[in-house]
Amino acid sequence: MSVDELGVDDAVLLRATGLTKEFGDFTAVDGIDFAVRKGECFGFLGPNGAGKSSTMRMVGCVSPVTAGELRLFGLDPATDGPAIRARLGNCPQSDTLDEELTVAENLWVYGRYFGLSRKEVRSRAAELLDFAQLTDRANDRVEPLSGGMKRRLTIARSLINSPEVLLLDEPTTGLDPQARHVLWDRLFRLKRSGVTLVLTTHYMDEAEQLCDRLVVMDHGRIVAEGSPRELIDGYSTREVLELRFDIDDHATRAEQVAGIGERVEVLPDRLLVYTDNGDEAAAKVHAAGIEPLSSLVRRSTLEDVFLTLTGRSLID
Amino acid sequence: MSLLQPSMEAAHGSRAAHGPRAPLSTLERTLGVFAYFLTVYKRTWRGSVIARFLSPLFFLLSLGIGLGSLVNARAGGVDGLPYLQFVVPAIVATQTMWVAMGESTYAVLGYIKWNMGYHAMLASPMGVRDVLRGHFLSIAAQLVLATSIFMAIAALFGGFSSWAALWCLPIAVLTGMAFVTPIFAFTAKQEGDDGFNILFRWVMTPLMLFSGTFFPITQLPGWMQPLAWVTPLWHGVESCRMVATGAVSWLLLGAHVAVLLVFAVAGWWLAQRAFTKRLVP
Repeated sequence: MSVDELGVDDAVLLRATGLTKEFGDFTAVDGIDFAVRKGECFGFLGPNGAGKSSTMRMVGCVSPVTAGELRLFGLDPATDGPAIRARLGNCPQSDTLDEELTVAENLWVYGRYFGLSRKEVRSRAAELLDFAQLTDRANDRVEPLSGGMKRRLTIARSLINSPEVLLLDEPTTGLDPQARHVLWDRLFRLKRSGVTLVLTTHYMDEAEQLCDRLVVMDHGRIVAEGSPRELIDGYSTREVLELRFDIDDHATRAEQVAGIGERVEVLPDRLLVYTDNGDEAAAKVHAAGIEPLSSLVRRSTLEDVFLTLTGRSLID
Repeated sequence: MSLLQPSMEAAHGSRAAHGPRAPLSTLERTLGVFAYFLTVYKRTWRGSVIARFLSPLFFLLSLGIGLGSLVNARAGGVDGLPYLQFVVPAIVATQTMWVAMGESTYAVLGYIKWNMGYHAMLASPMGVRDVLRGHFLSIAAQLVLATSIFMAIAALFGGFSSWAALWCLPIAVLTGMAFVTPIFAFTAKQEGDDGFNILFRWVMTPLMLFSGTFFPITQLPGWMQPLAWVTPLWHGVESCRMVATGAVSWLLLGAHVAVLLVFAVAGWWLAQRAFTKRLVP
């Protein structure tokens, strides 16, 4: 191995080439390529059923690869699963906590799975409870805790072995907005401390907030890749004019608006006019004598990128 | 705070330090899983006491002593043996079947489906083998505990005639494991609890009644006797009874134990296959 290759491999912790997952006749992940560099936050954005979780389970070495190549830390999950998992933090989509046990007990038993000594487990658990803001609930049973607290406990637990890469499968799905913000704050802190984050989400705001780089997935394939900014610049206009009308089918109004802005998307409840200047477009709509119930100018988001790429919304 | 780096005193050679981690030995992995079940048991043992210890005691009182006095008075015991001493070793073997049922059905499906405790283990360096080995060890420990306590109580009631009856303990634990491992394989294929009801009603209950527990299987019609031979319970009952009453035929005892081992080992193999299919899709 040359020095150059060594340098490259050192920076890339995780690399997939032609990664494929099949369940019988169904292809959940259809030959995707991606690489995650040390210290970055890498995201998979896509709707439910896009293949994000199947990808995550293969990366977490808890589901075998059907075809293609996957390497973590230069190791192959097929032969070195335990050695890789020893260095990963795994936060699955549903909390796999034992709700009958206490908060602290959940951390202790989990630390033992990684072969940490009793003493080591206790001292790390204390640190992690502090990080997860659960110190005062340490001796309470898990069951009555809020969804946000359980999620934070799951994340704390996944950090017990000081993982080099933390995998988060839809970390904030099902949480209320406040709980999501608390969680994002924790994830920012982790990233700042140098942990490489790999996450899946179907929330475009989450992807924009957290990810340095992301891939957009649909039907098991990667349809775009880049930083949130690059994706928005590359696949959408700067601004979007949203128009709502007092009608059942917004498609009937699309013709009238056509020509204003670069492109018009029809959603069940509104029209999206893609344009680099939203106010100007709004003025043109008004000048044309079209009277929407409401109109709103906003910046383009990853949701618009997804809509452009697939013609569908992220969340149905 | 140091989330990325482990605590100072543990930094060198710790499994919580970055870079390749020292692999866990088989013993460490087994004990890691065992430690979890021990933690769970510490929270739940009170609830299991009634089912574990009282129900065989009820059998002891009603059948061993109640029915026994009738059998002894009318028939002079079973082949000259007081009925209590005839039935107690059999109950020792039979209660392990119920412990096995209790530990290998709903609880296991829970770890697969509901609280997903197995999934949590498999996200760590543990593999399916480790999960099974650790869980089986914890159930074996419960079998030792439940059987010891029941045997102590039965001994107080005069259920055993010699110290050789202590050999019932390892045989009963083996009998229990001959049920545990195949039931694990069965449970791994279940989606809901319908299968368990069938198992309770149509497998376990007939086994308890027709495996020579309460009367010798020679009392059964001839065509039914071979059915008893293929069930683990009869082999457990017969070998416990042999060692407890001192009427040991080494050849037969060896055969019984061999059959129990075959059930336990084959069940283990099937469980491993079924678990892998279910948990590592």
